[in-house]
Amino acid sequence: MLKIEHISKVFNPGTINEKIAIDDLSLDVKEGDFMTIIGANGSGKSTLFNAIAGSFITDKGKIILYGKDVTLLPEHIRARSIGRLFQDPLSGTAPHLTVLENLALAAQSGGWLSSITRDDKERFIKALKELDMGLEERLDSEVGLLSGGQRQALTLVMATINPPKLLLLDEHTAALDPGSAAKVLNITKKIVEENKLTCLMVTHNMQQALDLGNRLIMMNGGEIVVDLNSEEKKRTTVEDLLDLFKKAAGESLLNDRVLLSANE
Amino acid sequence: MQLLIQTALELGLISALTVLALFISYSMLNVCDLSTDGCFTYGACVGAVVAISGHPYLSIPAAMCAGALSGLVTSLLQTVFGINSLLSGIIVNTALYSINIAVMGNSSLLNMNKTATVFTGLKEALASTPLKGYQTLIIALIFVAAVILFISLFFRTRIGLAIRATGDNITMVRSSSINPTKTTIIALCISGAITALSGCLLAQSQKSVNIDIGSGMVTIALASLLIGRAFVGKGSIPKKAFGAVIGALIFRLVYMIALRFNMPAFMLKLVSAVIVILAIAGPYLKERYPLYKRKRMCGRGDGNA
Repeated sequence: MLKIEHISKVFNPGTINEKIAIDDLSLDVKEGDFMTIIGANGSGKSTLFNAIAGSFITDKGKIILYGKDVTLLPEHIRARSIGRLFQDPLSGTAPHLTVLENLALAAQSGGWLSSITRDDKERFIKALKELDMGLEERLDSEVGLLSGGQRQALTLVMATINPPKLLLLDEHTAALDPGSAAKVLNITKKIVEENKLTCLMVTHNMQQALDLGNRLIMMNGGEIVVDLNSEEKKRTTVEDLLDLFKKAAGESLLNDRVLLSANE
Repeated sequence: MQLLIQTALELGLISALTVLALFISYSMLNVCDLSTDGCFTYGACVGAVVAISGHPYLSIPAAMCAGALSGLVTSLLQTVFGINSLLSGIIVNTALYSINIAVMGNSSLLNMNKTATVFTGLKEALASTPLKGYQTLIIALIFVAAVILFISLFFRTRIGLAIRATGDNITMVRSSSINPTKTTIIALCISGAITALSGCLLAQSQKSVNIDIGSGMVTIALASLLIGRAFVGKGSIPKKAFGAVIGALIFRLVYMIALRFNMPAFMLKLVSAVIVILAIAGPYLKERYPLYKRKRMCGRGDGNA
């Protein structure tokens, strides 16, 4: 499904700010996997997502999606098979376009000169009803008028209206209030299960990382330091994870307040 | 007086086309296209040369193609060559100065007194009807209506939505598998074509074109656009496009009234500059005003009041 072979990325090479963001990383994700990713700030989680989505081209290595080498493809081409949500709930929608127009752009049915059809509209209303946020009543509102939670939920619908091969969730509930976060997370689970999506999710919440999905990886210094399968994950507690983290990263990092939240 | 109003309306409608072009580039794509002045003159020059060579009706598509070409170059500089959008506009504007003189055959002035233009045909046709003398108004009105219709329909299509989203949230455009380079190029080609159409019509209605015909157009059009926004405000795309035309008409009428009160004609550009400053700085300063008030009160020692 997704095969990453020995990718590396160095930012600002040859300068005093040189940073090895990803260091010879390999990863094999199977179809239907729901993988959670944890790691301290700067451990390379978002950089990994940027590499997969094509926000930059990696320095070395290969990225293969569904048997197709996408290593050198630009972001907007890869986006045909990859859906992505960011931490910032405002980043996935165009604020001055209406809910309907945003969905129409994401759904990209029809040719360049086609406008929104009645079928499209019905499909969107149906998808929005699933959210149970009343967005189906606000099709003609500008998205900028919606709350962060509503916008993130809408982004989720937009990213999955044509089920992507791969869904990347980059702490997509972290900037929401607890109520909205829980709601968006439930919707995420539902959509991922219903469409049997392959999904990678970055989170800072260890309990969430253990509860969700069938695989867990921990990153540190641009490498994968822990990789737990479904069985191992079930037997692991938050304390175990912290121990694993200590072993992998060394004591020093644990003392840093850059640490993961054990319970939120 | 009636003639003055008619002239103001004619000029208003013709420049409304440039305002509509800016509505696409400035309001939707969020790019301030500083090649507008040069592009306007380019359309005027190409249109005039084609009309003088005996093809009055061909002059319109010719001018529009020239404008689209100018928009293409500006957009390529921005997207493919990584030049800042303001700088791209300035560069193209400068280059067009030379090109425009070359188009006019090493001259900075062309006269169309005896040339058949898009207006002369209708003028003869209307000569014995009650609409005598209204040919410029009618033709300008037809073009403005056509452009508004085009904008209303085009920006409902997928590519139209993608162009609006490019100015709104470029990350979202990329993640919707749309290439923002493509949308920027299409939008600036369209706005360039409409700007050049505006220049072509102005030159033919004045029966002459000179190298300065477009100077200051970007500020005048921006002023009109912002006046229109103040009057019509938010709403659907057709409503906003209509607002842009209203803004252009109000601008010309106010300017005409100012001329009647003996304001010298050369003040036009100063007035348009002041309007743009007020329209953009006004809302910003209004937002800052409470802070300023609070600071002053603090200065007097009762800041907590």
